[in-house]
Amino acid sequence: MAQALNMLKESASQTAGPYVHIGCTPNFTGIEGVYDEDLGKVMVNDDTLGERITITGRVIDGSGTPLKDALLEIWQADHKGLYNSPAETRGLADPNFKGWGRQPTDMTTGVFTFETIKPGRVPFVDGRMQAPHVTFWIVARGINLGLNTRMYFGDEEEANAEDPVLARVEHRVRVPTLIAGREGNTYTFDINLQGPNETVFFDI
Amino acid sequence: MRNTLAETGAFFPRDRSWHPKAFTPDYKTSVLRSPQKALLSLSNTVSEITGPVFGHDMLGEMDDDLIYNYAKPGESAIGERIVVHGRVLDERGRGVSGALVEFWQANAAGRYRHKKETYLAPLDPNFGGCGRTITDDDGSYAFRTIKPGPYPWPNGVNDWRPAHIHFSIFGHGFAQRLITQMYFEGDPLIPICPIVNTIGDPEAISRLTAPLDMNNTIPMDSRAFKFDIVLRGRRSTMFENRKEGN
Repeated sequence: MAQALNMLKESASQTAGPYVHIGCTPNFTGIEGVYDEDLGKVMVNDDTLGERITITGRVIDGSGTPLKDALLEIWQADHKGLYNSPAETRGLADPNFKGWGRQPTDMTTGVFTFETIKPGRVPFVDGRMQAPHVTFWIVARGINLGLNTRMYFGDEEEANAEDPVLARVEHRVRVPTLIAGREGNTYTFDINLQGPNETVFFDI
Repeated sequence: MRNTLAETGAFFPRDRSWHPKAFTPDYKTSVLRSPQKALLSLSNTVSEITGPVFGHDMLGEMDDDLIYNYAKPGESAIGERIVVHGRVLDERGRGVSGALVEFWQANAAGRYRHKKETYLAPLDPNFGGCGRTITDDDGSYAFRTIKPGPYPWPNGVNDWRPAHIHFSIFGHGFAQRLITQMYFEGDPLIPICPIVNTIGDPEAISRLTAPLDMNNTIPMDSRAFKFDIVLRGRRSTMFENRKEGN
């Protein structure tokens, strides 16, 4: 016998359910007066540095139907590639950019939209630079454990080509599921939960 | 707020045999919403180990009191008054300070205040159903609410959810992000709920079940239930010889 490791187990996940909005975006579902504004709704202010962009898309189920009850959160670096976080050791991020956003999908169309800035590049664990990307977390009714994925930028072909995470995708036909196309200042990122175009999800 | 040097180590891998699987056909909605391809394992980079800070100053005075935070002046939500309290810990047993804890629930009759909710049980005009708080330095949190009612839901022809409170927890890193549900000790609906049973290990279910806590029950006022939440732990960087990149 050896000593016990005495580690705790992570609390098991349960689905966010159909009414995740009540807790996370109450104003969105008509519960007004409890919080001034839904948390994570606004990511930029007039002083935020960087190129203003819109990220929009849908979360689509295995029948091709967009989810109308999903909630998405994104986490990203500032325009220089610094995270606004105590665990960021490489410098101080733009104080006018928190880097975190939360949006529900529209109850009628299933479309989500984030107004943010284009992030700079951040290093991989071995020091190589990653291509600019936004980290996504998706929860909804029927999703038992939140899904993690990343969005890369379609107009960053050179950086994407040398990105160490994209390089890990064995089936190269799946790489485009992680890359959002640009039109004007809008990037479109549809997330497919199943099917031939199933988005690459990560175990992080 | 955090008063110690921030940790920057990678998070322990998630035990995906302990969490529910994505495809759990007894919970029908999961069938078309579960990824079918293998997840791509990714070493934590700075994008996963970092996370935003939520300051106590963002909280309103009533954010942690669901009995009063939606009630008209002088009125209060109907139901069994309870206090839910506990700690947010990580897998190493350390308290997670500054964690954002959000909670939502049905009212005492099992009815949610939501545009898409159609259950025939009545709304309580004094109950919104949402609250939030931020953990103290030792990871502790508490809030006051009414005990939610069980309710039927369209899955099997006669499926009922046990009474539960939804929790969303945001620790120090984006990779720690977790949503779960708290159940109440002794509820006979727990073992027959298809959502509860997406979890395979009975021990994992019992750790989502809050016991009655008589020591913290407030005499002539509110019963207390204790609910500890565990987030992923992270490696110490003390002896890491690879300095670059993280």
